[in-house]
Amino acid sequence: MKRAKFALRFAAVFATACCFSLVAYAQSQPPASYAITHAKIFTLTGSPIEDGTLVIRDGKIAAVGANVEVPAGAQVIDAKGLQVYPGLFDPITQMGLSEISAVNATVDSTETGAYNPDVVAATAVSPSSEHIPVTRASGITEVLAVPDSGGFDGGGSRGVIGGQASAIHLAGWTINEMLIKKSVAMVIAWPAIQTRTFDFATFSRKEKPFGEAKQEYEKKVNELADYLESARHYAQAMGHGGPSDYQRDLKLEALAPVVRGQLPALVFADRARDIRNAVEFCDKQKLKMILAGGEEAYKVKDLLRSKGIPVILRPTLSSPSEEDDPYDRLLAQPAELASAGVKFAFGSFDNSFARRLGQQAANAVAYGLPYDQALKAVTLYPAEIFGLADQLGTLETGKVADVIVTNGDPLELTTDVKFLFIKGERTSLDNRHQRLYEKYLSRPKAAN
Amino acid sequence: MPAKIRIRTAMLCLLCSFMLPLFARAANPPDAQPVILIENATILTVSHGTIEKGSVLIKDGKIAEVGKSIKAPKDAQVFDAAGQFVIPGIIDCHSHIAVDGSVNEGSISVSSIANIADVLDPDDIDIYRDLAGGVTVANVLHGSANSIGGQTVVIKLRWGQPASKLPFEGAVPGIKFALGENPKRSNFSIPGATPRYPATRMGVEETIRTAFAEARDYKKSWDDYDKKLAAGNKNAIPPRRDLRLDPLVEVLEGKRYVHSHCYREDEILMLLRVAKEFGFKVRTFQHVLEGYKVADEIAAAGTGASTFSDWWAYKVEAYDAIPYNAALMTRRGVLVSINSDDAEEATHLNQEAAKTMKYGGLSHDEALKLVTLNPAIQLGIDKRVGSIDVGKDADLVIYNHDPLSAYAVVQKTLIDGRVYFDRQRDIAERDAREKEKKELMEKEKKAEEKKSGEKNPMEKSPVKRSPRTSPSRPKRQALPEVLCEAR
Repeated sequence: MKRAKFALRFAAVFATACCFSLVAYAQSQPPASYAITHAKIFTLTGSPIEDGTLVIRDGKIAAVGANVEVPAGAQVIDAKGLQVYPGLFDPITQMGLSEISAVNATVDSTETGAYNPDVVAATAVSPSSEHIPVTRASGITEVLAVPDSGGFDGGGSRGVIGGQASAIHLAGWTINEMLIKKSVAMVIAWPAIQTRTFDFATFSRKEKPFGEAKQEYEKKVNELADYLESARHYAQAMGHGGPSDYQRDLKLEALAPVVRGQLPALVFADRARDIRNAVEFCDKQKLKMILAGGEEAYKVKDLLRSKGIPVILRPTLSSPSEEDDPYDRLLAQPAELASAGVKFAFGSFDNSFARRLGQQAANAVAYGLPYDQALKAVTLYPAEIFGLADQLGTLETGKVADVIVTNGDPLELTTDVKFLFIKGERTSLDNRHQRLYEKYLSRPKAAN
Repeated sequence: MPAKIRIRTAMLCLLCSFMLPLFARAANPPDAQPVILIENATILTVSHGTIEKGSVLIKDGKIAEVGKSIKAPKDAQVFDAAGQFVIPGIIDCHSHIAVDGSVNEGSISVSSIANIADVLDPDDIDIYRDLAGGVTVANVLHGSANSIGGQTVVIKLRWGQPASKLPFEGAVPGIKFALGENPKRSNFSIPGATPRYPATRMGVEETIRTAFAEARDYKKSWDDYDKKLAAGNKNAIPPRRDLRLDPLVEVLEGKRYVHSHCYREDEILMLLRVAKEFGFKVRTFQHVLEGYKVADEIAAAGTGASTFSDWWAYKVEAYDAIPYNAALMTRRGVLVSINSDDAEEATHLNQEAAKTMKYGGLSHDEALKLVTLNPAIQLGIDKRVGSIDVGKDADLVIYNHDPLSAYAVVQKTLIDGRVYFDRQRDIAERDAREKEKKELMEKEKKAEEKKSGEKNPMEKSPVKRSPRTSPSRPKRQALPEVLCEAR
């Protein structure tokens, strides 16, 4: 009896202690500074630093170099034999917008209707999406969540103006903590001249006459031009008074920075004809264009270079669109664009395949792209293209500390990310896949 | 002439009319099987380790010698593969290439009557593209719309050969089963169509059990008939042939392999139970993304598992998919392969296999086996292919780099000792193909204009498939006229 009482009391005390330690754990602040030492550091601003030190303080890169002092109080990570890079940046995903692509209830990537400039990706990003830690474990520290981006998770039909893409860090308790920038681009799905369509009612392919397809296309483009024209008038009215002076239209209001050339248009187009049309249109409309997709960008590379239009390339690991195309058409394209002076970044255009971003880039290297270009096309270039390079993309003093420490080339299939920092905080590499693996690794042998 | 064959013939004729001028130009590989010596290469034999600066001698389409240094026979073509890597041809245990039209006979839940071997399309460009990715053998499967799907066929990717030359000689034919969301049509519905049984995993089990109950009775009726005949009863009446049940009887007799699409652990155990009840074997589980949860059970049943490298979350039953699946099952004693299920994915199966070194720590050899020897064993063709051993078919791939790297590019792919893909040749031929295509399109345009008398025929007539040009392929006999009668 006495013993039982004691046990009970002990249990109570123990439980209380546990609670305290839990509270203490939850409230404990992470170290304010880290020093990654003895690493080979790829700053992407020059040649790599052998045996270098990178200091992180208050979320930023405080120092990087060969002869950098480790500050007092910094948590030291001895990275001998390891390599340090800026975290990878996937500029087109549906991260947080789509969990299981076949289940509509988990998909928030595509709004209905043709014109949705006012919808913002950040609104619907679920910070607890399992895709976030899985993607992070592959070394990707920031992405663009892009509405209406088609792709594997895009659902069926697409509108014309899909909404605003948001740049997010792949860590944070809430979207506020994750957010890099709420609005970095306006998605426009360029209305392609489509003669081949898929009819879901009969589950078969349909072909329509070219003339008919072209008429449909022209109608859509005229509508888009009219819409932008309205936005332009609206933007003028906005310039002449406050919202009390005119009837508000949230859609046109959202387009104002686009027609003013402040917010880039992320224009999805793949075929050369469609890209040419889109470039001509954006030129006429004075829109700041970023091309997304670009399967046939190589056919219009001179145009893209002369207009200074950057490209977010669809995965290199894709089949060429035409049977006659060389089998390595998409694999060889990045090298061709690079030598033509077209700026590009690689994008996964997906969630569950986001972790193939490095593989995409490495495959382009196998088919002729210089390695340093490939590395920049998954780090610095996407940051530059979306106007975020003052914060991200290289390891430079003052930039946000999105940093990965690896045991090798981050583009290679077999490389592991050993440490990962987002906004200067050491961030867990644990994820759903790792957890399931460990759980079933320890399953006792089945009796059978 | 059955409708299917008629349509097929019409298709062939159509293709012939496009292709004939191209065949005339194509000049390789020659009909006589060359003697080839690959030397100075890193030979990854898969079965007996790695030979640095090694050689492989090919004679009569077979591997004649493998070793450190082999003297080139007088008449041999010699490939100096210094700095390059040679592996056995990649075997894709789950493919849908070279199929003419849909892979699904989706109208019924037991579509064992349909046979993929009947609709092979030797002109599918994906054959060539997969060859360029080092694939030499593919298990071409029916789709997964049915609990019991259609019959399947193992092919060699002999680009340029007619459909009749594609099947892997002597390979045991298979049949596709499918469990879970696809056969219960969770993610597909045709508006207006009546829902099809089954709509649950319970119903999937009963669909399979019912079919095998029928197949058993059917088999018995034939066995009885055979007995009567053997006993000298000349008046015995044979049972009516049932083309739907014939393949299932072959399954019961072990003459046809079951390749079952599946995802969840419960449905995997379900099929093992049903197989035990009716006394057949499941040869492989396909996809089997939760295989890692019941790896011991799969191993104990002696069933192989053919899975994806890192696909996940595209549907609910793929939400527990993990890239450690292949490694974990391997460690628990399951014979595992990595497959593509997709023509593009197949072009980098070597890379997909490499991921198992990162996710689960398989060795270089173990990873390479996932796309060579293991699928060969799963398909029962390992006496012929799957490793670099004397006497096996000379199905080989030459890479410029360690194939288990994202930087490796296939240089040559050989099947039966013939070069079916050569990267340098492909590149060299591109200008000529481009020119030929332009000429063909010009010709077609002129003909159209002449026919319609209009300046811009594209405005009125439906868009047509433009004439195709293709990478060069071996000569093949013109089709006998009788095949073209449908025209």
